Amino acid sequence: MKKTILSAAIGAAALGLASAASAATLDDVKAKGVVTCGVSAGIPGFSNPDDKGEWTGIDVDYCRGIAAAVFGDPTKAKFVALSSKDRFPALQSGEVDVLTRNTTWTISRDTSLGFNFRTVNYYDGQGFIVKKSLNVKSALELSGAAVCVQTGTTTELNLADYFKSNNLQYNPVVFEKEADATTAYDSGRCDVYTTDQSGLYAIRLKMKNPDENMVLPEVISKEPLGPAVRQGDDKWFDIVSWVHYAMVNAEELGITSKNVDEMKTSGGPDVKRMLGSEEGSKIGTDLGLTNDWAYNIVKLVGNYGEVFDRTVGPNTPLKIERGLNALWTKGGLQYAPPIR
Amino acid sequence: MAGMALNSETSDTRKRASSLINDPKVRGIFYQVLTLALLVLFVWTVTQNTINNLQKANIASGFGFLQGRAGFDIGQSLIAYTSDSTYGRALLVGILNTLQVAVLGIITASIIGFIVGIARLSQNWLIAKLAQVYVEFFRNIPPLLVILFWYKGVIAVLPQARESLNLPFQSYLNNRGLFVPKPIFGDGVWAIAVAFLIGIVATVFVARWAKKRQRLTGKPFHTVWTGLALIIGLPILTFMALGAPITFDFPVAGRFNLTGGSVLGPEFISLYLALSFYTASFIAEIVRSGIKAVPKGQTEAANALGLRSNAITRLIILPQALRIIIPPLTSQYLNLTKNSSLAVACGFADIYAIGGTMLNQTGQAVEIVALFLVIYLSISITTAIFMNWFNAKMALVER
Repeated sequence: MKKTILSAAIGAAALGLASAASAATLDDVKAKGVVTCGVSAGIPGFSNPDDKGEWTGIDVDYCRGIAAAVFGDPTKAKFVALSSKDRFPALQSGEVDVLTRNTTWTISRDTSLGFNFRTVNYYDGQGFIVKKSLNVKSALELSGAAVCVQTGTTTELNLADYFKSNNLQYNPVVFEKEADATTAYDSGRCDVYTTDQSGLYAIRLKMKNPDENMVLPEVISKEPLGPAVRQGDDKWFDIVSWVHYAMVNAEELGITSKNVDEMKTSGGPDVKRMLGSEEGSKIGTDLGLTNDWAYNIVKLVGNYGEVFDRTVGPNTPLKIERGLNALWTKGGLQYAPPIR
Repeated sequence: MAGMALNSETSDTRKRASSLINDPKVRGIFYQVLTLALLVLFVWTVTQNTINNLQKANIASGFGFLQGRAGFDIGQSLIAYTSDSTYGRALLVGILNTLQVAVLGIITASIIGFIVGIARLSQNWLIAKLAQVYVEFFRNIPPLLVILFWYKGVIAVLPQARESLNLPFQSYLNNRGLFVPKPIFGDGVWAIAVAFLIGIVATVFVARWAKKRQRLTGKPFHTVWTGLALIIGLPILTFMALGAPITFDFPVAGRFNLTGGSVLGPEFISLYLALSFYTASFIAEIVRSGIKAVPKGQTEAANALGLRSNAITRLIILPQALRIIIPPLTSQYLNLTKNSSLAVACGFADIYAIGGTMLNQTGQAVEIVALFLVIYLSISITTAIFMNWFNAKMALVER
C-alpha cells in the first residue's frame, strides 16, 4: 500500500488531466473541432510526412476516415508523432483520442493497459532483413548474429522467443527510435534488423543501397495492427471500429470514392442503407454521428482497397500485395460485420 | 464579587492568549504545524486523485509486475540474465550497467580533468592553449551530441566485423566493440583475492607507521613503492604459488562476428568516453580555479622554507586547493551519473533504457517512473554522502 501511495503521488500531476478526457471522447473531439491521432514518426506507407509535409499512409487515412465520419471533413485530423515507447502513456493520459500507430493487438494491451482493440486495419507478421553479402537464406542460420531492434515493441519479445525456441544465440542491440536502429543496421553495427514485414520493405527503401539487403522468408509472429482507444468509452470505441468496417463494407459492395454519389441514389438497398440515403434510417444518428457518416468516409477518404492501393499497394514504392489483407471473399482476412 | 472574579479571570486568559499569539516560539510551532498539515493534505489529495484516475482508466497498478517474466533480452549485462528472468532482475541489470558506466566515467573524468586543469596553468603556451580549446569545446556542446559524436564516430571509423583490427594479447577491435580474452577462474582463485586485500590492509598499516616514524625521527620512507609491491606483488606471488589457476577464453572468428572472450560494445565505449570527456571539461575548470585560489604567499613561504617545487605542490598547494575543489566536484560527479540516462540514444542498456522497455511492455508508467526517481536519488545521495565525508576529512582541521 505504501508503495502504491508513493508511486501514485508521483504520477498524479500527469494523470490529473486524464480523467476529464476519458469520459466522453466524442464530445471532447467535437468541442475541439479536431480528432487527435497518435501515429508513428515515419514509417513509409503507414504514417510518414511526404515532401510537402503532408501526412500520408494507411494509419493516417484511418484517422482521416474518423475525421470524415465525425466532421464530414478529413482535414480535421491532427497527427501526433509518437515513439513506440511514448505511445501508450500518450493514449492513457488523453493526449491523443485514438492510437492509429501500427500497434499490435495483444491481450495484455487490451486488459492491463486499459485499452480497447477491435478492428485490424493491417495484418502483419514479424520478419528479418539481412545484408545479401552474409549469404544467409533462412532465419535459422542466424545464430551468433547481432540483431538491431526497436525497444518497447512486441517485436523485441517475439525476437527473444524465436531465438530461444530455436536454440539460437544472438546479441540484441536495442534503440528507442526506429531511425537510430535502422542507421545502426545500415552502418554495419548489426547483421540483422527485425520488425514487422511491412516495415522491413519500407525501411529497405531508406537504406544506402536497398538492393544489397534482402528480407528473409520467415514470418515469426502474428501482428494484427489496429487502432486502440481507452477503455470505458464505448460510444467512441464504436465509432472508431465502424469507420474501418464502413471502409471494408464499401469495398465489398463495390462503392468507391468515384462512384459513391451515383451509388447513393441508384444502389441496392444495402448500399443505400449504408450511405444513409434510405428513408427513415437511424444508423448514423444511433452511432452518435450524422446519417451520411459512411458516405463521407468513402467520398472523402475512399474504401479500404483504395486506401491500401494508394498507401502500401503494388503500385507504391512498397509494392506490398494484398495477401492476408484481401477481402474475405478473395481469400484474405478483411471481413466486416454487416451494416444494418 | 462573583462578577469581579469572572472579570479578572477573563482578562487573565485574554492576557495569556495574547501573550501566546505574540510568543515567537508558539507562533513558530503553529506555522510549522500548519505547513505540515497543508503538505500532508496536498500529498493525500494527489494520491487519492491518482488512484481514482488509474481505477477509472482500468489500468492495473502495484509493483507485482516485477516478479513477472521479462521476455526481452538485454545486450550488455554484468550478471546472468536471459529472457526468462524477471522484470526485477532486468531492473537490476540496468542499475549495475548505470553504476558501471558512472563509476568508470567518474574515475576517467577526474583523471582527464585534473590533467587538463593543471595543463591550463602551464607556463608552456601551446599546452595551456590546447587545454583551453579542449575545455571550451566540450563544455559548450550538449552531452547528447557528445554521445552521438562518439557513437557515430565509433561505428563509422572502426572496421567491419570481418576486417577486425588485431591488437596485442589476442584482442580485436571492430565496430561491434573491443574483444578481449576472458579470464576463466580455476580453483583457489579466492586466495588471490585474499592476497590482494591483505596487500591493501598491510599498505595502510605501513603508511601509518611510516608517517609516525617521520614525525618522530624525520626519516622518510618509500611508502608508495612498498605499497605497490604489497598490493600487486602479493597476489602475483599467490598466483604463481597456486600454479597459475587462471586460463583465458580467447575470441575467435565466428560466422557473423568474433565469438568467445569478453566484449565491450561500442554502445558502452561511446557512452563512457562521451561522459568522461564532457564532465572532464568542467572538472578541469574546477581544478584550475581551486589551484588559483591558493594565495601566492603560500608558495613563497614554502620556497622560503627551502621545500622543493614537487613537495610544495604536494604538501602546500594541493591540500589547500582540494578544499575548494571537492564541493563543486561532487556536483559534477552527480551530473555525470544523471547524464548517463542519455544512454538510450546510443542503445546502451542502462537503467533508463531498460526501465523504458519495461514501461512499454507492462504499461506501469507511474510505478516505473517512481522506481527511476528512487534509484537515481539513492545513487546520487550515496555519492553525495561519500563526497561529504571526503570533504570533511580534507577540510581544515583547526588545532
